[in-house]
Amino acid sequence: MAKSALLKSSIVKKYWMALTGLFLCLFLAGHLAGNLQLIFGDALQFNQYALFMTSNPAVKLLSYVTYFSILFHAIDGVLLTYQNVKARPIGYAKSNPSANSSFSSRNMAVLGTLILVFIVTHMVNFWAKMHFDKNMPVYAVTVEAMGQKQNLYYTTSGNYIPVESVGKNVQDATQNGQQIYLENGREFFNTQAKIKVSEGYKDLHKITFAFFQHPKTGLIATILYVLAMIVLSFHLLHGFQSAFQSLGVNNKFTPAIKTFGTLFAIIVPLLFAIIPVYIHFVK
Amino acid sequence: MSAAKNININLKIWRQKNAKSKGSMETYKLDNVSTASSFLEMLDQLNEQLINERKEPVAFDHDCREGICGMCSLYINGRAHGPDTGITTCQLHMRMFNDGDTIYIEPWRSKAFPVIKDLVVDRSAFDRIQQAGGFVSVNTSGNTIDANATPIPKHDADKAFEAAACIGCGACVATCKNGSAMLFVGAKVSQYALLPQGKVEATNRVLNMVRQMDEEGFGNCTNTGACEIECPKGISLENIARMNREFLKASLK
Amino acid sequence: MKLDSKIPEGPLAQKWTNHKNHLKLVAPNNRPKIDIIVVGTGLAGASAAASLGEMGYNVKAFCFQDSPRRAHSIAAQGGVNAAKNYQNDGDSVYRLFYDTIKGGDYRAREANVHRLAEVSGNIIDQCVAQGVPFAREYGGMLDNRSFGGTQVQRTFYAAGQTGQQLLLGAYSALSRQIGLGRVKMYNRHEMLDIVKIDGKARGIIARDLITGEIQRHSAHAVIIATGGYGNVYFLSTNAMGSNVTAGWKIHKQGALFANPCYVQIHPTCIPVHGTNQSKLTLMSESLRNSGRIWVPKKKEDAEAIRAGKLKPTQIAEEDRDYYLERRYPAFGNLVPRDVASRAAKERCDAGYGIEANDTNEGVYLDFSTEIQNKGKQAAYAKGNHNPSAEEITALGKQWLEEKYGNLFTMYQKITDENPYETPMKIYPAVHYTMGGVWVDYNLQSTIPGCFVAGEANFSDHGANRLGASALMQGLADGYFVLPYTVSNYLADEIRTGKIPTDSPEFLEAEARVKDTITKFLNNNGTKSVDYFHKKLGLIMWNKVGMGRNEAQLKEAITEIAQLKEDFYNDVYVPGSADEFNTELEKVLRVADFIELGQLMAMDALQRKESCGGHFREEYQDAEGETLRDDENFKFVGAWEYKGDDISKEELHKEELKYEEIKIAARNYK
Repeated sequence: MAKSALLKSSIVKKYWMALTGLFLCLFLAGHLAGNLQLIFGDALQFNQYALFMTSNPAVKLLSYVTYFSILFHAIDGVLLTYQNVKARPIGYAKSNPSANSSFSSRNMAVLGTLILVFIVTHMVNFWAKMHFDKNMPVYAVTVEAMGQKQNLYYTTSGNYIPVESVGKNVQDATQNGQQIYLENGREFFNTQAKIKVSEGYKDLHKITFAFFQHPKTGLIATILYVLAMIVLSFHLLHGFQSAFQSLGVNNKFTPAIKTFGTLFAIIVPLLFAIIPVYIHFVK
Repeated sequence: MSAAKNININLKIWRQKNAKSKGSMETYKLDNVSTASSFLEMLDQLNEQLINERKEPVAFDHDCREGICGMCSLYINGRAHGPDTGITTCQLHMRMFNDGDTIYIEPWRSKAFPVIKDLVVDRSAFDRIQQAGGFVSVNTSGNTIDANATPIPKHDADKAFEAAACIGCGACVATCKNGSAMLFVGAKVSQYALLPQGKVEATNRVLNMVRQMDEEGFGNCTNTGACEIECPKGISLENIARMNREFLKASLK
Repeated sequence: MKLDSKIPEGPLAQKWTNHKNHLKLVAPNNRPKIDIIVVGTGLAGASAAASLGEMGYNVKAFCFQDSPRRAHSIAAQGGVNAAKNYQNDGDSVYRLFYDTIKGGDYRAREANVHRLAEVSGNIIDQCVAQGVPFAREYGGMLDNRSFGGTQVQRTFYAAGQTGQQLLLGAYSALSRQIGLGRVKMYNRHEMLDIVKIDGKARGIIARDLITGEIQRHSAHAVIIATGGYGNVYFLSTNAMGSNVTAGWKIHKQGALFANPCYVQIHPTCIPVHGTNQSKLTLMSESLRNSGRIWVPKKKEDAEAIRAGKLKPTQIAEEDRDYYLERRYPAFGNLVPRDVASRAAKERCDAGYGIEANDTNEGVYLDFSTEIQNKGKQAAYAKGNHNPSAEEITALGKQWLEEKYGNLFTMYQKITDENPYETPMKIYPAVHYTMGGVWVDYNLQSTIPGCFVAGEANFSDHGANRLGASALMQGLADGYFVLPYTVSNYLADEIRTGKIPTDSPEFLEAEARVKDTITKFLNNNGTKSVDYFHKKLGLIMWNKVGMGRNEAQLKEAITEIAQLKEDFYNDVYVPGSADEFNTELEKVLRVADFIELGQLMAMDALQRKESCGGHFREEYQDAEGETLRDDENFKFVGAWEYKGDDISKEELHKEELKYEEIKIAARNYK
């Protein structure tokens, strides 16, 4: 086959759509497993997980595949939609599409666009903070010792560092005479030697809770998040089994794939949606 | 049989003088239509009325009027071949409508099927796809091997027949929100892919037919499944999946 | 004019082989210098165009539909006959030949029919090689079924869509040649006249149905494969566009038209429902394998049914008259079509018809016995030797659905009745025309260079065609006869060179066509084309239909002559010549139908005997069977055009010689 057909042929566009889509389904499952720790795990566990997800090289590789998939899924979707809009320059005066196809299947482009908007906001709210925010808090615990409350950073090696002994940066630490200062968001450096003595956890857990419990915007954020998950659900309702069809899988397993796809499309977004609701209303 | 009765209907029909002119929906009133009539007989009746009024009759494609030639092609009340399923327009009967109904009649809408006049469209794109590979390259000498020399499992033969039952009417394209022709092409590719006779040229066939399909300006399949529902011959989406498989196989060769 | 059938000498079984061995050939390097026009893309046309294109000739193919795939061959349901003897029931080429001659009531040419039987096996081989998905058995071998007029299973089929599958096979072969540039396809073009130069066919005048442009196309040979003329009856099982124009135009230019009165009325069609009806739908003859035909024994029951007071299922077994089984115990429900049709008419004329339409014309085709039989068999096959009545019925219906599902669905969609529960209502309808343009053994008409194939010619079916033989003939003509015989003719044309289209003959033919069109468009009458077509149809159905007699035929001739006059005076055609104009298309076709209708009545009048589909009420035996007159009418009646007044046409006779078959009264009892 001519190499250009790898992008141009309409069927190949479908393959890409299906492959990236299915990969994103896997991503969703993984992401959900992590997020559920917000309900079922404690802050430490969640933050440990968050650190793992941002530092493990294998995960890193996967994350690049994920970024690529999202981008390609979106770009390919735009190309598809463009081709499809061109294919019918004059529309029908009267059309009754609900007689022969589902709402989701007809609105994948709109649903997908909404999801993309969600992904961007979602990444700004959490991913970008985690990666780039200088003011990202570092995970600390409060312990009661001798009748006094004390805030302690918890390091990756399982040690505690009193919060007051850590400067925001090297200048602050030198000024305030603190032994340790923070660098790169979560690394503890010795003020004199300027060498890394240990690492902490970025407190994504705190950020998340704060986001959904924010007195002014928490409720609206929760509602929007839930709405986004409904959109995702519709997208998946069609997308999951459609991917198999595009890849040429339509056989005796198809009913099972369809059932699994429907369950996946309902359960995954539902569990995702429960988390902010739980944070906002229960915690 | 539910007894036939006469109904009065309103029609909104796309009128377009020729390929170049701009068309519009026009309204007509037609009385005393027997519910035992077929939809096309109702249009005959309208045309008789128009001719008697010295007006130009509505042009529409039709031929066999028994659901097999694939010539009739109307988009009725928002659905290809009208409200009933598993039939062509010529098999649609007026008993599906009620007295006082307004019925919309439009041509197939697709870039690849330009309107020729009124409700008549040009579907030669389908012919060109067929010419690109919808055949087995065997000379017509009759000196082939005996028909029973190659046993074909009944299951495969039946599946090939189901795919080959396509009448090429274009309802799949018309009903698809994307104007995709993949059910048509998938059916043809499948017919040959399922039979030993078709295997030899399988690679080139699927590549060439899909290339031609794309060149004709059809849209892409997004698996809405509308084509399968509206196909008068019930051609299954399995055939599109099979084409996707065949294309993948061919692409990797 | 002396008709020369050019039947080769020698023993019957060797005629075709010997003939082929001595036909002239055109060398491959000369073929691209030769143009061939094929009009019509049904089984005969598509297969001929594909074969000739593949051989290397320049082929131009024409069809009036929007695609060659839509030709009306596509609607054939039941099957295609071939003497393969796969079922080991004693079939042979000879038996197929014999059955076909007998089925045609001894009015077909022996040599042609034998050739047809000889090549029948190749058709199946060819089609399978092309990927036609015939029905198969579980062992992977091809399945067969029985058809009327035979006692063997030689019919190959693809559900109830055999014609479709065969045509799509031929269409695929044609598409391949179009793709290779060997055939140039002209969709939505209609042939409106033939062009003769020095007596030879040299081209056609065609109208582009989209733009209205009148075109001149030249060729060294012209093949007409435009199907039958059943639409002369207005209501028939033919497609709405099926027409006789190509055949009639060559007739007017010198091709004789043979046996026009031989029309096949198919016994199993859905009865007429009302005056706006545009066409009749066939229910495949294959249904007679499983269905039993009956009417009530008592007239009062029939009346009660028509009045809607009784349902057919309420008529007790002993009150049903299975009249085909009663009259023809040996063949029962599988008698040939003409016999079955007349028997239905006889019952309905006697007042036993069950359809509540104007004419009470309708009989039952009942599947309840088959449901029980097959249900029981299916239960046993599943190891259930003690099935309940419900199980049997359910399994039986399932069996029917597998075998005839699409036909049953079609019936239900049209009539709104469920044939699994209540018997189908059927009645005969015009289906096929055995008559057509006269051709010799080479399928050449009396115009040199003008060949006619498939239903458009008269050659192979005599006075009645057996089921599943039309597909056989179409493909035999196109794939296996014309490539040889046309080449033989063209062998003398290799020096002719390209034929210019600006010769006086072309211009004259074009002017003829344009004049006719202008005349109709300026006629400014008051009645639509359909008005006249329906009138013609009624005359034909009532007076030149299933039962004919001298008085009515004479009436028909006068009435049609009158109709012709009214038509030319009063027909109204809207629109203009240079656009897509369906009324203009129709008026040109109906003009030819009217003339043909008159000739059919004349032919029926001169044939003072009953044979096959031609039933003269004056000539029947005591039991109402056809009474042939072999002494006086064992000939092909070929008519020569003598100008605008059809009644002046001259009859030529080609004597039929039976060397192999002892001619006898047809007996299906």
